[in-house]
Amino acid sequence: MAKARVLIRPKEGILDPQGKAVERALPALGFEGIGHVHVGRMVELEAEDPERLAELCEKLLANPLIEDYEIQTL
Amino acid sequence: MIWGVLQFPGSCDERDAVHACRLASGEARLVWHEDRDLGGVDGVVVPGGFSYGDYLRAGAIARFSPAMEAVAELAAAGGPVLGICNGFQVLCEAGLLPGALLLNESMRFVCRQVELVEAGSIVDLTTPGGGQVNQSTSLSIPAKHGEGRYYAPEEELDRLEANGQVAYRYAPGQNPNGSARDIAGVRSEAGNVLGLMPHPEHAVDPLTGSTDGLRVFEAMAAVAA
Repeated sequence: MAKARVLIRPKEGILDPQGKAVERALPALGFEGIGHVHVGRMVELEAEDPERLAELCEKLLANPLIEDYEIQTL
Repeated sequence: MIWGVLQFPGSCDERDAVHACRLASGEARLVWHEDRDLGGVDGVVVPGGFSYGDYLRAGAIARFSPAMEAVAELAAAGGPVLGICNGFQVLCEAGLLPGALLLNESMRFVCRQVELVEAGSIVDLTTPGGGQVNQSTSLSIPAKHGEGRYYAPEEELDRLEANGQVAYRYAPGQNPNGSARDIAGVRSEAGNVLGLMPHPEHAVDPLTGSTDGLRVFEAMAAVAA
C-alpha cells in the first residue's frame, strides 16, 4: 500500500468566499501583509495501485470544473 | 404519468416532492437509492436534502448510487428528470446538467421566498405554443440552501444562454447566493433534464402562500407527454 495525500483547491479565478473571509479576518488579529488566501481540502489515503489516483481524483475527490488537485505520494 | 422520487440517506424533501407530483400530474412513488430498477416510472424527481451528508461536495457521492445509473438511462431516452436543490447538485455532479453549485457568496445558509423569472417556457421546447402551462413569466417559490451559487465558465454560460438552456433566473436584486448571471435553474440541451435551486415542491398549496411551484411539475410532465 502506498500512502498518498491529495490536495484539492478552488480553481484560479473562481470566487472562494472561505479564503476571502479568512483573509479579511487576519488584520483584526494583528496579521498584516497576508493575501491571496485560498481554502481547500486535503484527503489522505492508502492505495494499492497509485497509478489510478488521478482517475479517482477526476471522478470523485475533485470536481475538475471548479477544482484543481495535486497528488503527493508519500 | 407516474413519477419516481429518489430517496437517498439524507434526503429531506422527497415527501413534499411526491405530494407535488400527485397534485400536478397523477401518481408518484418513492424510489430507494439502491434500486437499479426504477419500476417503470415515466419521470424522476431528484429531491432536496443532504444526500450522504453532503460529504466531500454536495451531490458528489449520491451520483454513484445505482438509482442514478437508471436515471441517466431515463434521461438519455428523453424522460423528464427534475433535480431540486440537492437534486440539482447531484445532476450537475453526474454530468446530466452543465455547471456546478458552489458555496453561497455570503457563506450563509439562505432560506427565503424568491421571485424567479422563467427564461422562456420549458414547454416551448416540446409543445409549440406552450401547451397548457400558464405563460406568466414569474414565479414565487422558496429557496433554502448553503451551496447554491451556480457556476460555469464564461464561454459555457454564453453557450447555455444561446441554446435557451437557462430555465430560471432570480428576479433582479434577488440573487440569494451570487450565482453567475442570476441563474437559478438550467436544463439539458435536449430540454428533458431540469435542475433548479429553489423548491417548487414547497409552493403547491395556497396554505403556504404560493402555488407557483406546480407549474414546474406540470411543465416537466408535459415533457413526458
